[in-house]
Amino acid sequence: MRKLLLASLAVVALAIYPLLVRNRFFLHLSIMVLLYALLGTSWNLLGGYTGQISFGHAAFFGTGAYASTILLLRFGISPWLGMFAGALLALLLSLPLGWLTFRLRGPYFALSTLAFAEIVRVIVYNWDTLTGGGDGLNILTDLGGVVRFYYIILALAVAGFLVMRVCVRSRWGYFLNAIREDEDAAEALGVPATRMKVIALAVSAFFVALGGSFFASYQLYINPDLVYESQISIQMIVVTIVGGIGTLEGPAVGALIIVPLSEYFRSLSPVANPLIYGLFIVIFMLFLPEGIVSGVRQLLTRPKAAASEKQERVSAKA
Amino acid sequence: MKFIPYIQATVNGLLVGSLYSVIAMGLTIIFGVMRIINMAHGELIMLGMYAAFWAFTLLKLGQMAALLISLPLFLVLGAALYGGVVNRVERRAGEMGTLLVTAGLSYLVANAAQLVWKANYRSLPSALTTRSLFLGGISLNYSLLWAFVAAVMLTAVTYLFLIYTDPGRAIRATAQDREAAALMGVRIHRINMLAFALGTALAGMAGVLLTPVFYVYPYVGRVFLVKAFVVVVLGGMGSILGAWLGGLLFGVVESVASMFIPSGYRDALGLVVFLLVLLFKPSGLFGRSRV
Repeated sequence: MRKLLLASLAVVALAIYPLLVRNRFFLHLSIMVLLYALLGTSWNLLGGYTGQISFGHAAFFGTGAYASTILLLRFGISPWLGMFAGALLALLLSLPLGWLTFRLRGPYFALSTLAFAEIVRVIVYNWDTLTGGGDGLNILTDLGGVVRFYYIILALAVAGFLVMRVCVRSRWGYFLNAIREDEDAAEALGVPATRMKVIALAVSAFFVALGGSFFASYQLYINPDLVYESQISIQMIVVTIVGGIGTLEGPAVGALIIVPLSEYFRSLSPVANPLIYGLFIVIFMLFLPEGIVSGVRQLLTRPKAAASEKQERVSAKA
Repeated sequence: MKFIPYIQATVNGLLVGSLYSVIAMGLTIIFGVMRIINMAHGELIMLGMYAAFWAFTLLKLGQMAALLISLPLFLVLGAALYGGVVNRVERRAGEMGTLLVTAGLSYLVANAAQLVWKANYRSLPSALTTRSLFLGGISLNYSLLWAFVAAVMLTAVTYLFLIYTDPGRAIRATAQDREAAALMGVRIHRINMLAFALGTALAGMAGVLLTPVFYVYPYVGRVFLVKAFVVVVLGGMGSILGAWLGGLLFGVVESVASMFIPSGYRDALGLVVFLLVLLFKPSGLFGRSRV
């Protein structure tokens, strides 16, 4: 009950925030935080809850961005519809990849994601009659002010969060967890692991593509280097790890910390900025692999219990 | 003489492929022993390339000298990476953790290189790199030929080391069955470290050998990492011999296919090979199924 109250308070606060803050830069920053909260949350369903690490989610982000933009520019279809068309396209794209790599035992999926993202980028880059190639695509119509986009991404992020919450608490969510912990055991208990993983990838791709479409409509300009860049994939991973991989709130918390920091470092030195992401991954994996949310939770609730649990784990290992 | 271009492409593919073999062997040894995919493998190659580049241009060293100097450096680097980062993360966060932390390392090192060495494409003076030997209409680039010879020697030494020495046997035993090896008195932690150091050294030395024939730039590691993945899957994950043959085969396929594929799509070839292997022979062309 208290949790529900807190959550609705947070949403209300986020909803009235643009009425109080009229500074364009802060609104832009908040939009990026919410966008990365959405991306991280989607990545987390596959990476955190299912244990399947993707290094190529930029492929879905870029596909969403390009699909809605092309539909708008070529056919005059509103991004409201184009967004979902793009998300569906990304979902379809994820199916053969998932089916091919998830059938097999072993890290084939993680291995293939890098090359997958690269091939999608290469196709978009070379298919210039449709995509404008390296020049990218310009949206010349004004799609609305920054406040409007703030509310759109807020709605998307909240919707993404709620869907993930329903997912991970469902029977299916427990299946995913079981697969992450021990795939053999899960299959022995009758969990169709391959199909579950394929669906997790599809859902994750769908929501990441929604974010991509949003990004394109918000920025009014896209090119392959902007939306298929590996940095996008890395940023989703960073916000999730920093916040807490495999926790519901983690990616949002991570985005709240990482995105403003990243903007700050960008203002210091554009070259050093991406370096920070790598550094954050390494530092967090070394010293706080469970992320801030779990770390704080452990500190707050039961420091003693956590300590004794650690003790147990150590003795169990010995 | 219609076939000359094809023979030329095949020969070039074999020469370059021998370097892919060295890279893939490094990756597959680490994977075979520890079930860790080293996402930073490409950056180790990149570091080897820069090391060789500075050794050639600033210190005026020859290729053999650069290779011999880089060997101990990369062995130490690999051991340090394992002891300082990979092992610690693996103990707390498992396989997923090592995948993520090596990816973080990869991104960190590539961008640090970008910051320090700038994004310039560097290459050695062409006088050193473009001399060729002609054999019946086929031209053999001297640098590439030397790299091929060195790569074959490295492959042979690594193979002999794994087959005939005690540490090599311990590595193979650990790869086959960790627990059984431990029960037979193999010190797993040391063997892990050795395997990681060996894999790192192979990546670094491949980088040294690649320097005269490829551009050197901070993000070059990504290119070779993806190729190494393709080769490792092609040869069967964890299989040393598979990595060697897979490297040669992929080099030839890449070189010959690029005569037919529009240049823009050349980079996509790797994934096509990758997916075809997964579709038809997931255990790799030369591997036993580990499933």
